Amino acid sequence: MPVFVPASLEEAFAVLEGAPGAQLLAGGTDFMVEVNAGQRRPATVVALGAVPELKGWRLDGDEVVLGAGLTYTEMISPELAELVPGLAQAARTVGSPQIRNAGTLGGNIATASPAGDTLPMLMALGATMTLGRSDGGRRAVGLDELVVGPKRTTLQPGEVLLEVRVRAGAGRQEFLKVGTRNAMVIAVASAAVVVDFERRSVRVALGSVGPVVIRAEEVEREAAKLIDWDARRLVGPLEGSGDFGELVRTAARPIDDHRSTAAYRRHAAGVCVTRAFRRAFSSEESTAP
Amino acid sequence: MTNTTSVPELLSYTLNVNGRDHQVSDAELGENLLFVLRERLGLRGSKNACEQGECGSCSVLVDGRLECSCTMLAAAATGRQIVTVEGLTPSGDGLSEVQEAFVAEGAVQCGFCTPGLIVSVSDLLDRLPLATELEIREAISGNLCRCTGYGRIIAAVQAAQHARSAREALR
Ligand SMILES: Cc1cc2nc3c(=O)[nH]c(=O)nc-3n(C[C@H](O)[C@H](O)[C@H](O)COP(=O)(O)OP(=O)(O)OC[C@H]3O[C@@H](n4cnc5c(N)ncnc54)[C@H](O)[C@@H]3O)c2cc1C
Ligand code: FES
Ligand code: FES
Repeated sequence: MPVFVPASLEEAFAVLEGAPGAQLLAGGTDFMVEVNAGQRRPATVVALGAVPELKGWRLDGDEVVLGAGLTYTEMISPELAELVPGLAQAARTVGSPQIRNAGTLGGNIATASPAGDTLPMLMALGATMTLGRSDGGRRAVGLDELVVGPKRTTLQPGEVLLEVRVRAGAGRQEFLKVGTRNAMVIAVASAAVVVDFERRSVRVALGSVGPVVIRAEEVEREAAKLIDWDARRLVGPLEGSGDFGELVRTAARPIDDHRSTAAYRRHAAGVCVTRAFRRAFSSEESTAP
Repeated sequence: MTNTTSVPELLSYTLNVNGRDHQVSDAELGENLLFVLRERLGLRGSKNACEQGECGSCSVLVDGRLECSCTMLAAAATGRQIVTVEGLTPSGDGLSEVQEAFVAEGAVQCGFCTPGLIVSVSDLLDRLPLATELEIREAISGNLCRCTGYGRIIAAVQAAQHARSAREALR
């Protein structure tokens, strides 16, 4: 039978052991669009939807462990949104209620679209992905080691993305996305910003403006100089009307396509980053402990 | 390079739709749930307007979750409880409260989007009976309608909310 619906991770690996070339199916929102369009012809499918080990999330010390099968709707749930607010913001912008109910974190990562909406935030959070094989082998990788090109990953045949680890409540997190409408839109440009007051660090990642998510380290260095960590506020030009536009435009490597020109993508990414910083500091008083 | 042509292996499996088990026989592997519902099980309420997850006209409930049936692999939906618009419609000539409201408020023009909207709105009102207009708009953001401009649809959802609370007040 060429469609398997294993009821545990052990069963899934048992199937993959005999058929390492099998295609993995999660929510189907990328997979089935390709099948319906005749761009993907599956011969053997392992559907992961009933594997309990991949579902939901849990706390492990100060880390949140997100199952590969975590849906966008679950990312938006208040309990998880409190621990990883940036991911909840990104999830809320994905598709529609139907897509958010079906689509998963693991599917978004494995699809490796330059416009994948969880990817910039995972990069800004310094997330770690755990991949597993049927021989029991496990490896932990960062996003830049896993997603290496548009729709290109280092996932091996038979390898399954199991979970994603991020730090719980890591500072202020902001995600912004530009598109033609609020729902059902693939990002023209997006930005994720994490300002970690405890560690006094800033991380900035850009989506849809390059072949993979771009970490904007130059922006991070400049931004760190514009933060008064003790007072938890922005100083210098950002206090007024200054912005990160030029720095972001330099970091971005966008292309022209049917959704946008490269020039507009650069501009939009700059606006997103600047606005994300202002947001990260605007309501700081109300949320500081 | 080989010239071997592979004949798709035909599948047989069971789907639970609207509370009943249905046998699907000799199906091809890549068939989506919408296709199987319409063409193999004769349940033509769910509509196909895009087959890309974009329009919502194929919306169904799977284990109580609103999803697009066109982006589900039918053969992988075994063991799940599927509810289609037929399952939300009372047997006989009757209409559900949500359906009544759509008719009364003129929220149906060509009607192609209507079954999907009925499923989405029924799901919304079960979860959030007092949904605000913003919540209604977000809940139907995955259902495209090319005729009505949505004003009548939102009015219909609000009429269904009133009908529901009036009915509950009577109990
Ligand atoms: C109408 C519509 C709107 C959309 N809007 C957005 C949007 O706004 N933003 C956005 O980012 N995306 C969007 N998407 C794309 C898609 O919904 C997401 O990428 C989603 O997260 C894919 O997850 P899935 O569970 O549906 O994956 P599937 O389609 O089941 O699988 C996708 C790929 O991931 C692989 N895979 C899945 N799980 C694993 C695993 N555990 N280990 C290894 N490989 C795995 C599969 O083999 C497959 O290659 C949209 C899609 C549609 C149809
Ligand atoms: S036919 Fe399924 S969403 Fe359009
Ligand atoms: S009534 Fe025609 S598409 Fe909605």
